[in-house]
Amino acid sequence: MTTVLTLAYLLAAVLFILGLKQLSSPRTARNGNYTAAAGMVIALGATVPQLHFTTAGAIIVLVGVLIGTAVGTIGARQVKMTAIPQMVALFNGAGGGAAALVAVAELLKFGPHPPIAEALPSVFSIVIGSVSFAGSMVAFAKLQELMTGTPITYPGQQLVNGLIAAAIIGFVIAVLVIASIPFSFLSLMLLALILGIAVVLPIGGADMPVVISLLNAFTGLAVAASGFTLNNFALIVAGTLVGASGSLLTKLMSDAMGRSLGNVLFGAFGQVRTTAGAGAGKEGRTVRTGSIEDLATLLAYSRRVIIVPGYGLAVAQAQHAVRELADLLEKRGVEVNYAIHPVAGRMPGHMNVLLAEANVPYEQLKEMDEINDEFKDADVVLVVGANDVVNPAARTSPGSPIYGMPILNADQAKNVVFLKRSMRPGFAGIDNDLLYDPKTIMLFGDAKDSLTKLVNAVKAA
Amino acid sequence: MNSELLNELTFFVLAVFVGIEVISKVPTMLHTPLMSGTNAIHGIILVGALLIAAGANSPVTVILGLLAVVLATTNVVGGFVVTDRMLEMFKGRQAQPNTPETAKPK
Repeated sequence: MTTVLTLAYLLAAVLFILGLKQLSSPRTARNGNYTAAAGMVIALGATVPQLHFTTAGAIIVLVGVLIGTAVGTIGARQVKMTAIPQMVALFNGAGGGAAALVAVAELLKFGPHPPIAEALPSVFSIVIGSVSFAGSMVAFAKLQELMTGTPITYPGQQLVNGLIAAAIIGFVIAVLVIASIPFSFLSLMLLALILGIAVVLPIGGADMPVVISLLNAFTGLAVAASGFTLNNFALIVAGTLVGASGSLLTKLMSDAMGRSLGNVLFGAFGQVRTTAGAGAGKEGRTVRTGSIEDLATLLAYSRRVIIVPGYGLAVAQAQHAVRELADLLEKRGVEVNYAIHPVAGRMPGHMNVLLAEANVPYEQLKEMDEINDEFKDADVVLVVGANDVVNPAARTSPGSPIYGMPILNADQAKNVVFLKRSMRPGFAGIDNDLLYDPKTIMLFGDAKDSLTKLVNAVKAA
Repeated sequence: MNSELLNELTFFVLAVFVGIEVISKVPTMLHTPLMSGTNAIHGIILVGALLIAAGANSPVTVILGLLAVVLATTNVVGGFVVTDRMLEMFKGRQAQPNTPETAKPK
């Protein structure tokens, strides 16, 4: 590497680190993204003059960059806010796939007996990059509802996955020890793609954010491994930064759900689902439903209302309707706040993004720790399309799969209003006693529809 | 081990610590944008894709190079643009007055 290139990569690495730092604080987050993008431009700008283009090479680079830019820009601009998680999965998969292909191209170059210092990171990059690519595509398909979001399981699944993993290890040894020929490393790639699909299939749609975050960290490591193969400093540092921070982020996300990463990945949640429902015995219990007018009056004459938005709000695209209702209540002098559970929606932070899109004032969005003591002073808690995050079973019943998960103290408010499509349990698949509480009023229907009716009724109240 | 590999290993280990340290205080509401931002950063694989694509001289390397460049560019461009779209909204809220009283539409 030339001095200029090395210094440019060093500058890029510094900008990536500063960018990540800025991304971790609300005030500087947007600049952080620009800082990281500047680092990327510098790294790419310094690389291009060093390349020795063949004619074919120049053409494919030009065409490839044009196609990739078009796909990336259009995809990122057109996507609806609610669909952002699957878009991130798609982009992440693209990166993983690219890392695997770069490693394949390198192995082809080295011939049948590459030095171990090049071969080892290459096979690592092929395996991890392919798993990330295939896993991300399944995550995308699940979130985009191209396939069912419920866990797909079959007898002996763990055994099958174990066998695929064993076969991968076999081919890794074959590439390293016997011969690095297209048959061995392409088989390796194929098996890793199958493994990527196989490990994500049994994970439910609600857990996809954690999976995407993990695969994001995987892609980072695959990129770092490709950096070892190519002896490229920029790839090693940037890939490792993402691998490390992505791993920590994955842990933070599963912590926020009160679960371990192993629990998320290996379907323990799905297994307890069937047993947990049995003991709850919901037969014979009744729920109270209220008319739109009753609820509108209750809300309009409250002093303090706390809104708990959940996944149902995102699905119904009801963020604008909920804001309209809040504005109307505020005009009447009601104090309105939003209680944001760390894992509300499909991803941590997802609800903030959605509500921000509807121009909900920043000050009204309260994180769980901040607002949990205020529930007891609230006249009404309006739960819009959320369920598990207000389920008192997390505090009271040690046998419940969500026991120990931090929840919002909605049950301490004077009145609780649930806007829900049906009595169907939330993602955790367990009954919520709060729904049967005497102070709870249910309003069934699509969240957006219900909110629009409530807005009209409050206007009349 | 040769000295280049040792250097690379040093960078790797130090980057692990920096990566963990630098985001350790991220608030929950920034988890999604941060994940998206780190996703864009591993688009640096485009540098690797360019290295293999530029020297393409056979049908196999042409196909591999083209695919790698398309995927990596999608990762970089899409990653940064979608992150900016998310953060754009955070900025809009920052611009509003800081006291809840004045923020309320009267």
